[in-house]
Amino acid sequence: MSNILQVERVSKYFGGVKANENISLTVEKGSIVGLIGPNGSGKTTLFNSIVGTHPIDRGSIQFDGKEVSELPVPAVAKLGLLRTFQQTRIYGKLNCIENMLISSKQEKENIFTMFSKIPEELTVKAENLLKFVGLYQKRKLRAGDLSFGQQKLLELAMALMNEPKMLLLDEPTAGINPTLINGIIDRLLTINKEYGITLLVIEHNMRVIMNLAQRIFCLAHGQLLAEGEPDQIKNDQRVIDAYLGAQ
Amino acid sequence: MTKNNRIIYGLILILGIAAPFLFPGFKLQISFMWLLVVLALTWDVQGGQMGYNSFGNILFFGIGMYVCAGVQIGMFFPLAEWTASGGEETFVHTPTQYFQGFFIGLILSGIVPGIVAALIGYGVLGLRGQYFAICTLGLGIAAGEIAGGIELIGAGQGMTSPPWPKNIGSLELRSQFFYYLCFALMAATFLFLKYAYQTRFGLVLNAIRDNEDKAEAMGIHTMRYKITGWIVSACFLGVAGGLMGNMVGYIEPVEIAFAGATFGVFMVLMAILGGKGTLWGPVIGAIAFHIFKEGFWTFFLGWQYVALGALIVIIVVFFPEGIMGWLRERYPDKFGETVDESDIKAQVELK
Ligand SMILES: Nc1ncnc2c1ncn2[C@@H]1O[C@H](COP(=O)(O)OP(=O)(O)OP(=O)(O)O)[C@@H](O)[C@H]1O
Ligand SMILES: [Mg+2]
Repeated sequence: MSNILQVERVSKYFGGVKANENISLTVEKGSIVGLIGPNGSGKTTLFNSIVGTHPIDRGSIQFDGKEVSELPVPAVAKLGLLRTFQQTRIYGKLNCIENMLISSKQEKENIFTMFSKIPEELTVKAENLLKFVGLYQKRKLRAGDLSFGQQKLLELAMALMNEPKMLLLDEPTAGINPTLINGIIDRLLTINKEYGITLLVIEHNMRVIMNLAQRIFCLAHGQLLAEGEPDQIKNDQRVIDAYLGAQ
Repeated sequence: MTKNNRIIYGLILILGIAAPFLFPGFKLQISFMWLLVVLALTWDVQGGQMGYNSFGNILFFGIGMYVCAGVQIGMFFPLAEWTASGGEETFVHTPTQYFQGFFIGLILSGIVPGIVAALIGYGVLGLRGQYFAICTLGLGIAAGEIAGGIELIGAGQGMTSPPWPKNIGSLELRSQFFYYLCFALMAATFLFLKYAYQTRFGLVLNAIRDNEDKAEAMGIHTMRYKITGWIVSACFLGVAGGLMGNMVGYIEPVEIAFAGATFGVFMVLMAILGGKGTLWGPVIGAIAFHIFKEGFWTFFLGWQYVALGALIVIIVVFFPEGIMGWLRERYPDKFGETVDESDIKAQVELK
């Protein structure tokens, strides 16, 4: 199988802070890959580097065989590489349905597509996806009035609405209660299997990441510390020292 | 459109058309009121729907005003001589010339500000928050200063716009003519925005207001929408300026055309008073504001600006979301914010 994402020797500095230093990683098409590491180890920064939020200082990033490290954020997203945010971002004053409608993919953005009405089928699709994440009943509420966990689910549904090829998820289960977490794991597995979306997931919850990922990368101090299958990572002495802690 | 809506729109249309006959003494006042509605509606595209507080939209109003009058005159007479000599004394438009010039001037007074918006949009709309606000404020002020230095358009003394042709009827006819144009412009602006807010354009503007970074992360080229929105505002605002210049008859750079301290502030106030970010808010706000303001000028003469200031304070303190926002908070279900009865206490349940 081919790699959908290939990050090569990427560095990103903020002044003196080496947030990402020489990081290389690859993600196979159709797989679920985990990204772990202590707070401040550079995980979110790496996401930002990949989708073009900030220019990287060195290295190359290829998505689907195309160099994306110079592209602006919307262009990367249009290629089918989407990310969700650690601090959940939704459109607070719009209701859930509108949040979904606005997230559907628009190949062309010109004067005609701008001023055309939103097709009816999209609403149906939006409602189905809201059902999928359990938010159908709240569809007419303002997204800003949803609870934190519900907003996370909405953000996930919005990403699906866009039909991406690959999703970068920044802590999808942070702040969500344990029973709901199981539901999210199931949803992510379904997304991956049935919609064929490749996932790269940042997670601090070890149970979640061990259940989800086929392969895990661990960062520490902005550098790649280890990579391997979940069991290898769990028993890797460097990872235990830096992150998991002696048990 | 529901039946209720149809009745409301029908009533407004009838009232709008009949107003010059019902209140003949207030014809000019009501014409100005329709223009104020246009000012509030177009400001709200940026300030309300998109969340970009622009203090420089007055720029387009002023450009439209000068372009319209300039074209009306320049098509038939040398503009420089007109402005230098108080030209309406020397040069007289025949009725045909007057209406030809006015027609073409009015069209260009929409197009030229639109082009200006497109040209400066990419730079200015790249700024966010206070930076955008300050930058637009500067634009409006600079425009007044620049216009005040251009001899061709009368510099600081200003210029007259062509007077109504003498031999085609009374001034009564003139004020009716302008009344209906103002009403038509208001209706066109309202209907266009009403449509536009139902399209992807409207949704994206709201998305930009709520979280622009998210919108970009979802693949939306927000800049295109921001510029388009500004062009839309500039076109309608420019035509409003063109009409205003003709109605007032005299164009002065800082007090009338690029009048940031009056119209520039009023457009913000009116939208906030009515409820920014809603379709009807700016309309209601502009009408309420105009009535208040005229009342202040009549009953508190000398204290009118104090009264206006007090009104502003009251709006900001008691109705921060405006009249529409206040209604929305009281009657959320009337605004479509409902939870399914069947599942009112629903928690998210994933099996
Ligand atoms: N925009 C920025 N400007 C300056 N420094 C930054 C910026 N973004 C991140 N950093 C720094 O880069 C380092 C890595 O931060 P990052 O957010 O990537 O960590 P993280 O691995 O996502 O941590 P967490 O698990 O807490 O989310 C931190 O030291 C942070 O202070
Ligand atoms: Mg992070």
